[in-house]
Amino acid sequence: MRIKKRAATVALLTAATVVLAGCASGSTTQDGGDAAACAPSDGKVDLTFTTWIPGIEEVVKIWNDENPDIQVKVQTGPNGNGGTYQNFFNQLKAGNAPDLGQIEYDALPNFRVQDGLTNLASCEGVLDAQDDFVDWTWGQVNFGEEDAVYAVPQDAGPMAMFYRADLFAANNIAIPTTWEEFAVAAEAVRATGGYITNFSQSDINQFAGFVWQAGGTWFENDGDNWTIDLTSPESVKVADYWQDLIDRDLVSTNPPWTDEWNNAYNTGSDWTWNSAAWGANSIVSGAPDTAGNWSVALSPQWADGESAAGNWGGSSTAVFKGSEHPYEAAQFALWLNTSDEALTMLNKSANLYPAAKSGLELPALKEGVEFYGGQAIYDVFAEASAQVSPDFIWGPTMTQVYNDTSDGFKGAVTGNGTLTDALTSAQQSTIDALQAQSIPVNK
Amino acid sequence: MTPTPGKSARGIRSMEGKTPRAQRESPFARVSAMVVMGVFTLYFLVPIWWLLVAASKNRSQFNSTNPLWFADFSLFENMANLVAYRDGVYLKWMLNSALYAGGGALVGTLIAGMCGYALAKYNFPGRELIFNVVLGGVLVPATALALPLFLIFSQISLTNTFWSVFLPSLVSPFGVYLARIYASASVPDELIEAARLDGAGELRTFFTVSVRMMVPALVTVFLFQFVAIWNNFFLPLIMLRDETLFPVTLGLYAWNSQVNQIPVLRDYVLIGALLSIIPLIIIFLLLQRFWRNGLSAGSVK
Repeated sequence: MRIKKRAATVALLTAATVVLAGCASGSTTQDGGDAAACAPSDGKVDLTFTTWIPGIEEVVKIWNDENPDIQVKVQTGPNGNGGTYQNFFNQLKAGNAPDLGQIEYDALPNFRVQDGLTNLASCEGVLDAQDDFVDWTWGQVNFGEEDAVYAVPQDAGPMAMFYRADLFAANNIAIPTTWEEFAVAAEAVRATGGYITNFSQSDINQFAGFVWQAGGTWFENDGDNWTIDLTSPESVKVADYWQDLIDRDLVSTNPPWTDEWNNAYNTGSDWTWNSAAWGANSIVSGAPDTAGNWSVALSPQWADGESAAGNWGGSSTAVFKGSEHPYEAAQFALWLNTSDEALTMLNKSANLYPAAKSGLELPALKEGVEFYGGQAIYDVFAEASAQVSPDFIWGPTMTQVYNDTSDGFKGAVTGNGTLTDALTSAQQSTIDALQAQSIPVNK
Repeated sequence: MTPTPGKSARGIRSMEGKTPRAQRESPFARVSAMVVMGVFTLYFLVPIWWLLVAASKNRSQFNSTNPLWFADFSLFENMANLVAYRDGVYLKWMLNSALYAGGGALVGTLIAGMCGYALAKYNFPGRELIFNVVLGGVLVPATALALPLFLIFSQISLTNTFWSVFLPSLVSPFGVYLARIYASASVPDELIEAARLDGAGELRTFFTVSVRMMVPALVTVFLFQFVAIWNNFFLPLIMLRDETLFPVTLGLYAWNSQVNQIPVLRDYVLIGALLSIIPLIIIFLLLQRFWRNGLSAGSVK
């Protein structure tokens, strides 16, 4: 008899679970927060902030000590594409998203399209803060919309050229200042047995940075519809240029961030790397034997006398839809990303390169760096940062774009198709992907 | 971090089963069997060897020296750095993993043992139905349940708590299955009858008589459950935000996702991964004995 009862209980519990599960998926539609209302809350406010920056707790502690009425609790996890973005979406669905979250620029449109962000434009001080940030970073967080600010820029990745000063000097090769010179230098470097650089076949962000520098963009949004332009003239120009170098075996094609890639730099087989400010540390870790031999110069240009730079990476601090205290959250986000105190600590603990103008003048970013022969390399990046075009816009499905493009690029470096072919097919699959999500697309 | 200990321990068991037969087989068969086993042993041990070697190097030697042989031996220095990093957050993760895996496996084994025993030894309507549902549960990967669990736990505000990882870890359909099979084979009905005649209640019969005969099965369930929870990654990834609740798998993954920007983390991931498999090895070595001892049938005769 007892057993019968137990079985019944089990059955009941099972049924309850099923019903609960049904509820969960049925009641997840959120009421959209009122974007116009951004008033201070009464009394003490507790905020949650999810970020994967190590050591940010100490920065937040300073804020908490100074602002007893706005206490921020740090939550953490792997980097965005490593799972935290998916968690944000899950949490938005379940209605328990944190107040603030770290989101990289290329992922912001996805959250915007899914209506996951709070428009901070009406929060005190946010619109005025535009002048505090490097121009182009602001375009990344308002998507060109009027009266809209969907996040506060945090860090940036203006691109420049890391190069082996010792090898260029020893072989009497001039440092290229245009892409044309770069291709000529590539032949000279190849003649010595090395490669001038490595073409990133699987980290598409570098290629996007090149297109950005060339003045192209991959996406546009007129407020309603998305235009996808992976095959814009600028994009094709960049693709053809690298295709030529690949065809002539003038660049290596090691998959980035692998041991063989590190090794190519560590042994001096690869001579330059067009990368972002944060790349300085990647070389230190990947090619420790080359200490003292590197320098940094502005990226080669498409035409003599131009001054344009691309950008690779960077993130923002966003306030999620459903946050009950957008005012306080915005105040914290502004402090975190503009105060010298916070920016210095973030730079020290996580090598963040600030998006705030004042941050570029931090004493820590003015010093010579030993690994780079004592050069004050961040001066170069500060100059590059001012040259980044504000017109480059990310699309709402960047993970898919990266994957599809990289599939094609991997083929191209092994002789199957070309980089332009890869862009053409990624263009089509991106249109399909947006339509599959019912996002309106201009054809 | 790897399934290796599980595989090798299982390997030992099957090896024993073969020993008497092997003597009758031709030398050729024996040699080829040894070769196959040798290859598999290498296959499972080389990654661990690599890990040990890599964890013992300092950062500059990691890329520039032979990956399968030692350079300067700085294993202990690396360990000290790991433990000191961020006020010993790594130790906290290890402790969390031990709590999730140890506690979860213990309670989970108890539940699975009782369920399996009940399904094997009591006749009640719907018994086969329940058993089949449980069997169906074996087929559903735990990963597929993580997201629904997150949404359910969100409803009752239990996400980002110890319980959000611990409670789902208690359930082991495979454990129930194993316990049932084992109980029907090794716990004779006559023995239970005898216990009842002597006046023992059902619970007492279970704990004093049946459990002892089911020990090998229960140890197996415990081991499986322990390893599964220790290696469980997806559920904590989805449930937890608070670093102080992370198990070691999630913590190392979070670090590993940033090694490009923060190079020092790579050292910590390597040494951390090495240390994190030690508890698994210890628990296998300790419990192997129970597992091997077939305490099974013969108690009545």
